[in-house]
Amino acid sequence: MSKSITKVTLKNGMKVMLKEIHTAPIISSWIWYKVGSRDEPTGKTGISHWTEHMMFKGTKKFPNGILDKAISREGGRWNASTSRDSTRYYETMPAAKIDLALRLEADRMTKSIFDPKEVASERTVIISEREGSENEPMFQLSESMLHASFRVHPYQHEIIGDMADLHSITRDDLYSHYRTYYVPNNAVLSLAGDFDTKIMIKRVRELFEKIPAGSVPPRLARPEPERKGEVRLTVEGPGETVFTQVAYPFPNATHEDYFPLQVLESLLNGASGLSYKTCRLYRALVDKGVVVDVSGWSESTIDPFLYRFVMVHRPNTKPEQAIKILDAEIQKLQDTPAPAAEIHRAVKQARAVFAYGSENITNQAFWMGYTSMISDYSFYTSYLDNLAKVTPKDVQRVAQKYFQPNKRVVGSYIPTGKGS
Amino acid sequence: MNAKTINSLPSPEDIYQSVLPNGITVLARANFNSPAVNISGYLSGGSIFETDEKLGLAGFVSSMLMRGTQRYTFDSIYNELETVGASLGFNSGVHNASFGGRSLVEDLPLLLNLLAEALFHPTFPKAEMERLRAQILTGLALREQDTSDMADMLFERHLYPDHPYGKPTDGYVETIQSITRKDLAAFHRLNYGPRGMVVGIVGAIQPKKAVEAVAKALGGWSVSGQKEPPALPPLKPLRKMIRKHHRIEGKSQSDLVVGTFAPYRKSPDFMAVSLANSVLGQFGMMGRIGHVVREKSGLAYYAYSSLNAGAGPGSWEVSAGVNPKNLNKALELIDAELRRFVKSGVTKQELADSQANYIGRLPLSFESNGGMVSAILNIHRHQLGMDYYQRYEGLVRSVTRDDVVEAARRYINPDRMIVATAGP
Repeated sequence: MSKSITKVTLKNGMKVMLKEIHTAPIISSWIWYKVGSRDEPTGKTGISHWTEHMMFKGTKKFPNGILDKAISREGGRWNASTSRDSTRYYETMPAAKIDLALRLEADRMTKSIFDPKEVASERTVIISEREGSENEPMFQLSESMLHASFRVHPYQHEIIGDMADLHSITRDDLYSHYRTYYVPNNAVLSLAGDFDTKIMIKRVRELFEKIPAGSVPPRLARPEPERKGEVRLTVEGPGETVFTQVAYPFPNATHEDYFPLQVLESLLNGASGLSYKTCRLYRALVDKGVVVDVSGWSESTIDPFLYRFVMVHRPNTKPEQAIKILDAEIQKLQDTPAPAAEIHRAVKQARAVFAYGSENITNQAFWMGYTSMISDYSFYTSYLDNLAKVTPKDVQRVAQKYFQPNKRVVGSYIPTGKGS
Repeated sequence: MNAKTINSLPSPEDIYQSVLPNGITVLARANFNSPAVNISGYLSGGSIFETDEKLGLAGFVSSMLMRGTQRYTFDSIYNELETVGASLGFNSGVHNASFGGRSLVEDLPLLLNLLAEALFHPTFPKAEMERLRAQILTGLALREQDTSDMADMLFERHLYPDHPYGKPTDGYVETIQSITRKDLAAFHRLNYGPRGMVVGIVGAIQPKKAVEAVAKALGGWSVSGQKEPPALPPLKPLRKMIRKHHRIEGKSQSDLVVGTFAPYRKSPDFMAVSLANSVLGQFGMMGRIGHVVREKSGLAYYAYSSLNAGAGPGSWEVSAGVNPKNLNKALELIDAELRRFVKSGVTKQELADSQANYIGRLPLSFESNGGMVSAILNIHRHQLGMDYYQRYEGLVRSVTRDDVVEAARRYINPDRMIVATAGP
């Protein structure tokens, strides 16, 4: 894996990261804005995601209907997504056509129109997107779990936003959100692929450096107070299948406990991106016939977030037995240091997942930008080394520190039957 | 463009092809850009061999292959794989069982050994069978509540009555409950075998060495009396509009599928139909369908058309998810668009746009080993020629507006469509 990248900061404060890869005639360009659902106050939930949708509705230079066709015509693949901490747009193009993507992103950083008619039609599209999610029992449960897990911190709502806000947010709210956060000093451009770095930097300067910097408000981050006692909740809805989620508060991605926790996650739930049929919880819960499936994961976030377990129960069983077994497995990790071999295994798994990721140019540009949102690129390049430093004692210590029953939220989706 | 990247399209010169004495075809291509390798392939053993009483049997068998073999338990197979960060899985469709896996190249022998073990010597342990059955039944209960799955299933049932394509490959609750260990073992014994099997392998290994490794692992497999798959029954042409609704209470969104037949993948008119589909419901923000249903009317988050063309007669479908009160309005918009499409065809600009998209995006589909291996398997399976991607640009450019509108009219008759919906 090549670790060499070039980093440049433009005069207006925009950061640019470049990685030359000449394995295929492709370039992937990602632009990241430091704004996500966590920057939304009550009453404006979902505004970052809705703004992301509006960015596809055209500028004067690339009007709606021209924009999408221009990229597709050149054989490009493009999309965007909004997360809790950031909003990102990417284009992966045949190398010779990347200039179109750069011109487009430079233009729509400041010149998206937000036509009121387009805002109105997108309102119903996003409401429809939310209704599609509401069809899913897991969405219903996850939304309630978030609300219960965060009373104060803005991680408390789903990225799509609350229905009430999707009805009330105005065109001016959206436009003001856009102009506030879509400024070069709040953006990172990450480029990977078949280009010459010097030529690419020159072109990026030509397109982006003239965009004036703006003043960005500090990020919304009211620290979540420590919870004093377990919270239990239920959500009811149609269906026949019971789901349980268990959520523990977890530290952020730059916390010193992050890497021991990554190993812990690998032991309990398997390595991200691989099958997980020999992790501790699968063996204890699925192999023993208690649940149909168990999964669990943390998220690499800027502020402390959650570790969430999800269990899909067997028909006609109650969640309590499965929760007891989950607790017993956690207890084992707290009582006894994990064998060193199990930790080596987690490191090898991560090495393989990194190798698979390096096949893909889009993925490489993604990681440059993603890590710059939470820390910097060394987070990615030193990831495997940091993982290898984790000791059995570290894993035991973090298991004791973070898996505390009185800090968790336990929620179940209780089906009310087919309902027909 | 960098000089060494120009030849990134697969060609007969760099796809190494070999047929092992037992009938297995191996296709290999090198990619030393990352230290990983990807294998994928298919063999006889699809749901086409099932009876109506045992729907879901083929899928059940393929999912059991890694749940216990003569030398390994379920846990020990996955322990081998997961310890080295490798993966391997089986699946099944109507015509074939399929498999896919990847590993670091140093672990390729392990991956191939487990593939062979799962194919040759599954033991179908009873306890594992019951655990899997519980998982499948839970999957069916979730399917029953999924508006998109249920609309798709309803559509297929009415487009392909009394035909393997019209039956759900994951079966029904009653059929899954009726499957015994004996059924699983017999299905595997009679239908699985090396004849007709194809293995694709792409990664950081010389193609000849890759073939040798596959030969070492799978070359010894022989099965006497491997059954020939039955021929597909004839299709019943659509004689009228058929509209069906599957009711699921308590849902905030309904799903719809409007569709009809499509050509085989190897049909001469496939490219014209594919470009027609691109204009209709793919290009840009999901083509004309996306434009009228999503962009102009704001009725749906997703609205698009898709073409499923494979080894048999395919389907051409328009799909969308809408608020239940907007269901009829969305269907009316789609109907009007289909009528306009077959009446007026596509504009010169629309065709040129989709053609440029097809040609331009080709290198992107070969970015990863997984993309490359499925492309190679695809051209082999549908007998498109190993030089297909070299000829591809010419094939795309040769399609005319007349070809597109004729192809659209050949398949789409707006008065004879299946309209399947699911929701409250």
